Amino acid sequence: MIALQRRADPSRLMGYLAPLLALGITLLAGLMLFAILGVPVGAAFYAFFIEPVSSLYGWAELGVKAAPLIIIAVALSIGFRAQVWNIGAEGQLILGGITGAAVALMFHQNDGWYVLPLMVLAGIAGGMAWAAIPALLKTRFNVNEILTSLMLTYVAVLLLSWLVSGPMRDPDGFNFPESRMFHDAALLPRILEGTRLHAGAMVAVGVVLAGWILLTRTLLGFALRVNGAAPRAGAHAGFSQPKLIWTALMIGGGCAGLAGLFEVAGPIGQLLPSISPGYGFTAIIVAFLGRLHPVGVLFAGLIMALSYLGGESAQITLSLPLAVTGVFQGMLLFFLLATDVLINYRVVFK
Amino acid sequence: MSISAYLKQAGRVFGAAVLSAAALSAQAADPFKVGFVYVGPVGDHGWTYRHDLGRQAVQNEFGADVETTFVESVPEGADAERVVRKLASSGHDLIFTTSFGFMNPTLKVARDFPNVKFEHATGYKRADNVSTYGARFYEGRAVIGTMAGMMTKTNTVGYIGSFPIPEVVRGINAFTIAMRKVNPDAEVKVVWVNSWYDPGKEADAAKALIDQGADIITQHTDSPAPLQVAEERGVLGFGQASDMSAFAPAAQLTSIIDNWDQYYIDRTRAAMEGSWESTDTWGGIDTGMVSFPEYSADVPDDVKAAAEVVREGIIDGSFHPFQGPILNQAGEEILAEGEVYDDKTLLGMDFYVQGVQGELP
Repeated sequence: MIALQRRADPSRLMGYLAPLLALGITLLAGLMLFAILGVPVGAAFYAFFIEPVSSLYGWAELGVKAAPLIIIAVALSIGFRAQVWNIGAEGQLILGGITGAAVALMFHQNDGWYVLPLMVLAGIAGGMAWAAIPALLKTRFNVNEILTSLMLTYVAVLLLSWLVSGPMRDPDGFNFPESRMFHDAALLPRILEGTRLHAGAMVAVGVVLAGWILLTRTLLGFALRVNGAAPRAGAHAGFSQPKLIWTALMIGGGCAGLAGLFEVAGPIGQLLPSISPGYGFTAIIVAFLGRLHPVGVLFAGLIMALSYLGGESAQITLSLPLAVTGVFQGMLLFFLLATDVLINYRVVFK
Repeated sequence: MSISAYLKQAGRVFGAAVLSAAALSAQAADPFKVGFVYVGPVGDHGWTYRHDLGRQAVQNEFGADVETTFVESVPEGADAERVVRKLASSGHDLIFTTSFGFMNPTLKVARDFPNVKFEHATGYKRADNVSTYGARFYEGRAVIGTMAGMMTKTNTVGYIGSFPIPEVVRGINAFTIAMRKVNPDAEVKVVWVNSWYDPGKEADAAKALIDQGADIITQHTDSPAPLQVAEERGVLGFGQASDMSAFAPAAQLTSIIDNWDQYYIDRTRAAMEGSWESTDTWGGIDTGMVSFPEYSADVPDDVKAAAEVVREGIIDGSFHPFQGPILNQAGEEILAEGEVYDDKTLLGMDFYVQGVQGELP
């Protein structure tokens, strides 16, 4: 029989190397998969990993796709470190998109410079407000935040769909469920001419830095980590548990709301019944892939974004099915979890 | 082998692979390239599946002169623009974007690629290089509505809606009007699932409707899941977008089939010959864009005959699905006897007619 035995002293180095190891094994397994599918391995590799970023435009698209993932995943990592399990970033993202868009539509005949900053504030506030519900329920009634935050996502989806088919619908849009297109003052500035790369990408880098400083250089970051590692020790040290739960959820909600605002004011440019292809959920994977470390999250976000672009490219150039993208992402997570198990446990044959 | 030698060799293999990939795409630059963007998977057996059959028809018609490409399950949102742009910038001459949500992304990309032709399904915004096309599915709804009215025993028909957009509302109304012409007591219950393709939600909606007394299920979503539920529960239903009788041999009475084959072939030919122009096409039963498979053996003869009267009436113009008098939900007349709605009203339809239960979201 095969059994797993906990290692007394798991290697820290391997802990950091595990994502790279998982990535390497995924690549190998991917190449085998391509070979089995009868696709020329070189061409498949090229289409999946090189072609999407073989032009400046491709890099810009990588930034567009990775920015929301990174912004949310950094914030979630901070919460996860504190053992606050905010699974509802998708809902908070949607709320941020809604509140930000509401400001844009309210000022749609106004070209003032303040429109966009107001939208940003509204987006953050919207995401925070949505995250405040699980925070309140958790701190007041000890309700599990995994359930409440997740279920509020579905409420957010329905709220958005009601708003775009009612109050926020484009008056000239034949009753189709979408808002009017935002005017220029409500759109994020592009940072690369001829591409869709918007200011949100720079903010994402800023969020990574801020997250890193918060976790490693501030008392709050220390408190969050202690609370996660040993809640009772944290309590003895005088860190208020409710305050930390609120902080973690506000950071998560605010960042998710910001990411949602960036989507509607950036690449989409209006409010649609669906404004995110599941960024809030994918960000959870990104956070763990990045070892709950802001810098790790940065790379994990880029890799996850590349896997989406690569999937599209492989469909276009090689007629590979979309499922290959899902298989790749699944393998990456699987191998990461597998390496984690082997780092923490040794396999014993009894 | 030393590590550096190994790396060198790996580099050579990889370089050769890249070169051969480049050569592959250079070779393919010759044929006329047609791209398709799908909202669902090609295996949905409904909407996207029928578009993909259209793509295959183009491929068969022109053989080696045309190369077709598709990208499936593209979310309606920020990703759509990238996919469309990617097709446009990789040498595609004609691009079909086959879901309403691709409208604005298609127009944005079309502005930057004036030499590429775009075709957007079910939208209303056009440009010099952007055509729109759609089918008058409501005509098909009138045919199946007639059948439902004659065959329901509980006088309750369940209708699974995707999004409350005019296209779908129009279908619900056409269905209800035709149904109540033959059975004034019958009513339609609508459940919205807020998705075009979500077999789980569609099946749940079907179960809920059957539990509320519906003995016929019809749908404006893309998967065969509602029909499969109907089959299990022993009630009747209609296929959507394609012949779904393989999934529900006993339940499916008939189906409204989307047939894009001829349109895609015609438009590809026009683009290849240089006679392509920006147009707005809205084809119906008469052009074959909306068609039906054989009625199931369980459909009684009188129902078949009544359905045929409607179908043939639509073709020869003697029957219009939206012919007055039409009453709203409150029972007030909103269209006088003898009048029909013009296309503009149909395209912006945002109200329910009498016989539909509930409120339009």
